[in-house]
Amino acid sequence: MADVALRKVVKRYDDVEAVRGIDLDIADHEFIVLVGPSGCGKSTTLRMIAGLEDISDGDIMIGGDVVNDVPPKDRDIAMVFQNYALYPHMTVAENMSFGLRLKHYPKAEIKARVTEAARLLDITDLIDRKPKQLSGGQRQRVAMGRAIVRNPKVFLFDEPLSNLDAKLRVQMRIEIKKVHQKVRTTTVYVTHDQVEAMTLADRVVVMNKGRIEQIGTPNELYHKPATRFVAGFIGSPAMNFIPCRLEDVGGTLQLRLTDRIAFALPPARAARYNALPRTDKLLLGIRPEHLTESHAHLGPGVETFDTVLDVTEPMGMETLVYFGLDGTPVCGRVDPNAGATDGAPMRLAMDLNNMHLLNEETGIVL
Amino acid sequence: MADVVVEQGQAVRAARARKPTSLRNVLGRKSTVAFFLTLPLILLIALLVLYPAVYSVHLATLNKSMQKFVGFGNFLFLFKRDTFWMVVKQSCIFAVTAVFFKALIGFIVAHFVHNIPAKGQRKWRGMLLVPWVIPPAMSTLAWLWLFDPSYSAFNYTLSFFGIGPINWLGDNVWARFSVILVNIWYGAPFFMIMYLAALKSVPDQLYEAAAIDGANWWQKIWYVTLPMMRNIIAITALFSLIVTFANFDIVRILTSGGPLDQTHIFATWAFKVGIEGSDIPLGASVSLFMVPILAVAAIFILRDVSKRGNEA
Repeated sequence: MADVALRKVVKRYDDVEAVRGIDLDIADHEFIVLVGPSGCGKSTTLRMIAGLEDISDGDIMIGGDVVNDVPPKDRDIAMVFQNYALYPHMTVAENMSFGLRLKHYPKAEIKARVTEAARLLDITDLIDRKPKQLSGGQRQRVAMGRAIVRNPKVFLFDEPLSNLDAKLRVQMRIEIKKVHQKVRTTTVYVTHDQVEAMTLADRVVVMNKGRIEQIGTPNELYHKPATRFVAGFIGSPAMNFIPCRLEDVGGTLQLRLTDRIAFALPPARAARYNALPRTDKLLLGIRPEHLTESHAHLGPGVETFDTVLDVTEPMGMETLVYFGLDGTPVCGRVDPNAGATDGAPMRLAMDLNNMHLLNEETGIVL
Repeated sequence: MADVVVEQGQAVRAARARKPTSLRNVLGRKSTVAFFLTLPLILLIALLVLYPAVYSVHLATLNKSMQKFVGFGNFLFLFKRDTFWMVVKQSCIFAVTAVFFKALIGFIVAHFVHNIPAKGQRKWRGMLLVPWVIPPAMSTLAWLWLFDPSYSAFNYTLSFFGIGPINWLGDNVWARFSVILVNIWYGAPFFMIMYLAALKSVPDQLYEAAAIDGANWWQKIWYVTLPMMRNIIAITALFSLIVTFANFDIVRILTSGGPLDQTHIFATWAFKVGIEGSDIPLGASVSLFMVPILAVAAIFILRDVSKRGNEA
């Protein structure tokens, strides 16, 4: 097992820079998830760590050694692909043992390792089948088994659950977490699914347009996003962004959302934002769960306002409500018994203790 | 849909149980409709394949003047002739050697073409297909001039290295070599294009997985490429074996079977004894002798193909 480090790593395809100078330190035993929209460079980064893509600039280190020019087979890594990449003409056991056979391991050891990995992944009964005879989830387990038997320094996962249905995806997510808890191998996992990223990762790396937007624990990313991109990408439904401005009214700092809606900021927030120029174009970032139905005992920093709901979506445990504030679509989460109905007026409460203020032009969270 | 079919079937069966089958019932059956729909093709095959096949079997059982039925007489006569067994041997050497090298060269060239960047690939593919698209009768004429013992380009070039002149088509070993060489030149592009298509259908991720598993280029070919292409290789080899066994034009133009019948293969010898020797029943018997040899090869090759069927 080993740590992995990326230093100013760049990948260029002709004139296009797919990865633009990434710096990343992955600790030994750590589970890192690279997440971002399509084309953000996350898969390219993973493939560069694997050695399947050359790097145009910078250094990649595994276990302290620079591996820029080391071929994949000598990097001591194992990779699980989105389409499983199982050899169709080999049985499950042959698939799993292929790497070991190429390295001329003793037959007894190969058998022991395959048996152990099959037991760990609960595929002992499938060991003599061909990939064609397996379901998607079983194939994914075999692909993981093939990685585990090698006992590599680093596991690389390239969107491994994308081809599975929603229910199986949840199951396999838990399996992957369990396996990591048992084998503790350093893992780099690529996904575009933020739920996978949040649930699996020790730390999440959010990428956008070939750059790292933010690195942090799932909680940090959710509660303290650094940029508008991260704030909008992490969380479902996404964070609301409402144009606003700061005003001084009678010695208190106010946040004006529309002509008729303005809230006094809680003292802690007011102190934080007081130095900002009042002329700046700002965005209020507020997550739907901080826009709830109004009730009798509201805490400090929670402000109410009246609105007319456009659409409601009952989800069972909650109801999502959609409305507009001066043309900006906004989503809130209310109790299913709060009486929210399509087209009806409703009094909502905004928890300003959990608000974010962003510079509209730079997208930086202030 | 399926339910309706079952009900129809039951209705038909019930009607049949009650009274003798009427013409209307027979015409209404799905199998009858299917038969009539395929009838044009059945007739075409019968006309173009079955009739000549049956007719050649019939011919092979007649005497030279085609007046008398002699049963297996022609075959028994052939079995006693040394030339016949030489033709059998030569046909096998010709077909097996040519198919082996066509497959090998096709495989290697397909790999090269596969690795050419997509932009230039079309051009190369087109150029490499040229030998296959030129009518062999024409291209073999060009080869005939290249093999000319006195003034040919080959002997002229070799003379610079102090080799030759080689009597390409007059010496029995060189003549066999020459007809096989031209057959390889003509047939290798077909293998190349088939293998290229097969190579393109192997997912890149399998090679990437193999690279990570520690496979070198040779192990990637052995453990990934070849197993993934097994069916295409088998079918192409079988198809080519049939065509090469039945080859006529190349040998006919280059050597006419000479020197001393040493390069004759089934088709050219059948032509010689049947048409030139005016013994059509004997010629038909020679041609028919290919059938059992090819049938055995086909059974062996296709048995594995159907077994592996849908592995992927």
